[in-house]
Amino acid sequence: MIPSLPPEAWQALTLSLKVSLWATLASLPLGLLTAHALARWRFPGHGLLNGLVHLPLILPPVVTGYLLLLAFGRQGWIGAPLWDWFGVTFAFRWTGAALAAAVMSFPLMVRAIRLAIEAVDPRLEQAAATLGAPAPVVWLTVTLPLILPGIIAGAILAFAKAMGEFGATITFVANIPGQTQTLPTAIYSFLQIPDGESAAWGLALVSVAVAFLALALSEGLSRRVAARIAGR
Amino acid sequence: MSAGIDLENVCCDFGTFRAVDNANVSIRPGEFFSFLGPSGCGKTTILRMVSGFIEPTQGVIRIGGEDVRGKRPNQRPTALIFQNLALFPLMPIWENISFGLEVRGVDKATRRKKAEDLLQLVDLPGAADKMVSQLSGGQKQRVAIARALAVEPQVMLLDEPLSALDLKLRQHMRAELRAIQQRTGVTFIYITHDQGEALAMSDRVGVMSQGSIQQIADPREIYNNPVNGFVASFVGENNVFQGEVQHAAAGMASFTTPHGQFRARLGDLSGKIGKLYVRPEHTIITATPAAENSVPVTVSDISFEGSFIAVHATSDTGAHLTSELRNDGSATVPEKGVRVHMSFDPARAAILPDANVRG
Repeated sequence: MIPSLPPEAWQALTLSLKVSLWATLASLPLGLLTAHALARWRFPGHGLLNGLVHLPLILPPVVTGYLLLLAFGRQGWIGAPLWDWFGVTFAFRWTGAALAAAVMSFPLMVRAIRLAIEAVDPRLEQAAATLGAPAPVVWLTVTLPLILPGIIAGAILAFAKAMGEFGATITFVANIPGQTQTLPTAIYSFLQIPDGESAAWGLALVSVAVAFLALALSEGLSRRVAARIAGR
Repeated sequence: MSAGIDLENVCCDFGTFRAVDNANVSIRPGEFFSFLGPSGCGKTTILRMVSGFIEPTQGVIRIGGEDVRGKRPNQRPTALIFQNLALFPLMPIWENISFGLEVRGVDKATRRKKAEDLLQLVDLPGAADKMVSQLSGGQKQRVAIARALAVEPQVMLLDEPLSALDLKLRQHMRAELRAIQQRTGVTFIYITHDQGEALAMSDRVGVMSQGSIQQIADPREIYNNPVNGFVASFVGENNVFQGEVQHAAAGMASFTTPHGQFRARLGDLSGKIGKLYVRPEHTIITATPAAENSVPVTVSDISFEGSFIAVHATSDTGAHLTSELRNDGSATVPEKGVRVHMSFDPARAAILPDANVRG
């Protein structure tokens, strides 16, 4: 059923999976912290942080990509010292694609986790505290199990968004086959060349398959978590 | 092991609002002490200060003689039972109960044994492996108590834990809570707006209004000898007469009101204007005027309450008065619309100031 795909197409798929996986996993700790801060802490700059987190959702993706290029490009105000001191650069590398995907999917991840945290009754945590548990233990034993479904949902959502990221990625790291060419940018490229349509169609089918797999995985995981919660 | 709690000049401000004003109370080890008052009177704030969730703005809190300022909730020998119980929904009952022990690094077999012992104590054997959602309201109540007892706190803090239960169960749990407190000997501090609960369970009650403790005494004293009008009307019913003190001698005073001249005990009144309080069950209804403290009234309604019969009446000046007659056949119940006389014993009535509020 799947038309035979040229090697660039398979390359784009594996790169996209790698980019999205890294983007999701690497942003998860920061996403958790940000969601917790927004849900539970009151501090000056709360609104500013909230706005900043949501910015990639509102800005045109090309603008986000351009801002990333300005900041993390070889001459950028973060990119230049990174290159000079550590020899690290994001520009035109798959790591840059992962960074762009992470930034673009961050608001979705934070929103899902924040909702889960806000749904936890703070009195449960306070009860654990009066029973002698220090704050980190309270978080691990009471809060984390309750918000786990929210974390899974947030991560899957972020992964799906990362798989589909186009504008910021192509602006920040371009569209180099084998380097930075992800699934969406590959489809775009195939559509630009004569006879590329069948490869584009094949990749489109693959995208649908990956999306369904992610959905099934998320359903399965959350069902298992729910079963563990209810049964045990 | 149980500890006493001392509050010395404790104040708590939220911005410009003073939630607790200069609270002084010394709760004895092993005592069942209730803070009673309407919502917003500061009783929950006191509880949260003792448990360590809020620091007092001024004053000192001592638990077992030790100043606990700056100690976090998990560092205090207190356990708090929340109004909604706050049981952990993801843990089976026995893990809920032994949570505090797990935090302390107790091994699993010991934890399980302790949880089962405590379930026995709170009369809920066999529930160890159930989930919280499988229990009824009263059973959850017992689990919350067992969970708090598991850490062997020196002080148990209870924030209206019975308010979610229906009336029958609430009355049953009152007796149960009292029994558990007696069995364990732990100091209980109980927060409630339900005077029945406070009077029935407590060794002593602190009645609060607008952040100030109005009176601290045993339940009988609170009910029979309230120090002011707030305590008198918050705890139980009253007939109230406004008036002016005429002659005072030996703790008694004559009191002029629009209903006539009365005689009653004189409370801590500053000035001559005050109110006279007399409980409905301390009044009697007669066909002819009594020798003193007698008011002619017209019966406006009779309501049968089971153990007593309430006679609602209106005086000539339009005041609504109530008399309660015991339903033991000793009193003749007047007919509706009949003119009768309501009177009371001077020793059972008191002339009181309104309330202790900061000036």
